[in-house]
Amino acid sequence: MNAELGQADSATEPVLEATDLVKHFPIQRGIVVKRTVGRVQAVDGVDLRLHAGQTLGVVGESGCGKSTLAKLLVGLETPTSGSIKVLGREIGNLSSRRIRPVRRDIQLVFQDPYTSLNPRMTVGDIIGEPFEIHPNVVPKRERAGEVKDLLDMVGLSPDHINRYPHQFSGGQRQRIGIARALALRPQVLVCDEPVSALDVSIQGQVINLLKRLQAELGLAYVFIAHDLSVVRHIADEVAVMYLGKVVERGTGPQIYDHPRHPYTQALLSAVPVPDPDLRGHREEIILQGDVPSPINPPSGCRFRTRCWKAEEQCAEVVPTLQVGDNGTHPTACFFAEERDVTHAVK
Amino acid sequence: MVSTPQVVGDTLPGADLNAPLLEVEDLKVEFRVRGKRVPAVRSASFTLERGRTLAVVGESGSGKSVTSQAVMGILDSPPAYITGGEVRLQGVDLLKQNEETRRTVRGNHIAIVFQDALSALNPLWSVGFQIGELFRVHRGTGRAEAKKRAIELLDLVGIPDAKNRVGHYPHQFSGGMRQRVMIAMALALDPEVLIADEPTTALDVTVQAQIMRLLKSIQEERHMGLILITHDLGVVADVADDVAVMYAGEVVERAGIRDAFKRPAHPYSKALLRAIPRVDTLGQELEVIAGLPPNPASLPTGCPFHPRCKAAEDRCAEEAPPLAAVAEGHTSRCHFAMEVYRDER
Repeated sequence: MNAELGQADSATEPVLEATDLVKHFPIQRGIVVKRTVGRVQAVDGVDLRLHAGQTLGVVGESGCGKSTLAKLLVGLETPTSGSIKVLGREIGNLSSRRIRPVRRDIQLVFQDPYTSLNPRMTVGDIIGEPFEIHPNVVPKRERAGEVKDLLDMVGLSPDHINRYPHQFSGGQRQRIGIARALALRPQVLVCDEPVSALDVSIQGQVINLLKRLQAELGLAYVFIAHDLSVVRHIADEVAVMYLGKVVERGTGPQIYDHPRHPYTQALLSAVPVPDPDLRGHREEIILQGDVPSPINPPSGCRFRTRCWKAEEQCAEVVPTLQVGDNGTHPTACFFAEERDVTHAVK
Repeated sequence: MVSTPQVVGDTLPGADLNAPLLEVEDLKVEFRVRGKRVPAVRSASFTLERGRTLAVVGESGSGKSVTSQAVMGILDSPPAYITGGEVRLQGVDLLKQNEETRRTVRGNHIAIVFQDALSALNPLWSVGFQIGELFRVHRGTGRAEAKKRAIELLDLVGIPDAKNRVGHYPHQFSGGMRQRVMIAMALALDPEVLIADEPTTALDVTVQAQIMRLLKSIQEERHMGLILITHDLGVVADVADDVAVMYAGEVVERAGIRDAFKRPAHPYSKALLRAIPRVDTLGQELEVIAGLPPNPASLPTGCPFHPRCKAAEDRCAEEAPPLAAVAEGHTSRCHFAMEVYRDER
């Protein structure tokens, strides 16, 4: 692949690299004798590359495979094929025991701060639990101090160490989830919809916290979200997913100001902008129907069933991520063409 | 459902056609739980005219959904009780009507579209039966005729192949299609007021755009009043004519759409507008509203927003501000409303 995400300066090794990543879930019938009757093609050939201190945003609608991608990257799912390298070490084919030391470097922040924290554990125990699993990181007697430092780092009072999750609000719980993910001093955080369960006035607090931590600790983020406005504010680069495939990727300005794939354009045009003066002045692309099932995705280009540009070729050949003639960012479409759908144009 | 079929005329008895379509005035709702009284709505006031869209904006716990349920007359009581205020439909105070009248008002005059269509629809009956039920119960229509009307409605809300889909069950529809079924049900009896309570929150953004466009076009076609309950200011900017902002059970600001976004007169609305990321601009650091929304069981004294407010002074902690007008059709519940409006605070 000639167009990889990531800084062009390949001098620095990427902290996270995935190549041709595939995850298919078998659908089985039968109780005693199981036979596979189909496969959910959740992630189907994804490449990505992430450098230290950078944020890669992954956007897409439900069913596009973005959460499966998150689980693959942190080793919670084993890929059907393809490779994942964390700091140069291959984790795609490791057993769960051997993956453990690597996982120290890549941690996950979950979407739902209500179900991802054990209600019977104190905040101190929740944040300190990673130290039990990786005993070499922090000596035992320094752990309590370390937990307090982590609480302080995410903007919570260190005095709250003995409280339980239910005593915190949603935004505070998400901070606890972030503190837990940071405990082992990882280089990469995979954030799966970290703010979508929060109220708008709280979302900004968590986004600003993530940005501050990145600047202080040099973290790299994979930021997975369905909200394109939020991603714009945190991501350096963006990958747009549709039915298990990346259809377009580039820097923030490339994706948001110069989108080339019809799906990206439809997605962006559908995001409402909080400014009544823009009403009726932005391009409107209303897609027909819903996202097809990933069990039986359309042949060729997976977006063709909802695409206004689709021709015969799209049903026969699978488009790959291609750089445009004048060196623009990679887009998986035979008819890629720039169109500004984000700003007022009419 | 067993009920005597009754034919209802188009107007409510005693209705004054010159009065505003729907007026909510100083509505108060409280929850009584284990001997405790928790105010969920402390003062909600707004007006809706025919053919207009009013957005009721607020975060979780602000009382916006409870307000809509009180207007619709579907509060679970206990634990919720309406303790004051009026809900006037064309001048008739609905809160003073008996249950039978309210039942005819529901569906015929005011209808609601819920956020979660999957749990709002009965999984055991086909969607056609559930839509047809409205005609059978409210209008005494026969089964065949009710089914025919259901097909027309499904067609109207853009469900392809309505003739076959009418016999399908809710689980056989996708999220967006289920929301269309909900809209079809709400429209069945041709209400004058449609309440949409977070109608697109559970949907993907491309489907959200489809549903909002559908709601808007039907509203314009039928000249209905639409109350859109939402937390998404982007959707509000796209479709609303008027805005009511709720915080801690109160409407803290009411304004026309342009003033609401361009010249907010309440520090909460102003801060909220700056806290939301926009897709069309690359913001620097997002402005943050410090602290948390208050717990309705133990509200701060004075103005409930004062602990989070950048413009607060001593007075704000002591005295609850009244709703004051800053311009024609623009009110704000803040001691310094005029200064905030002029952007001096």
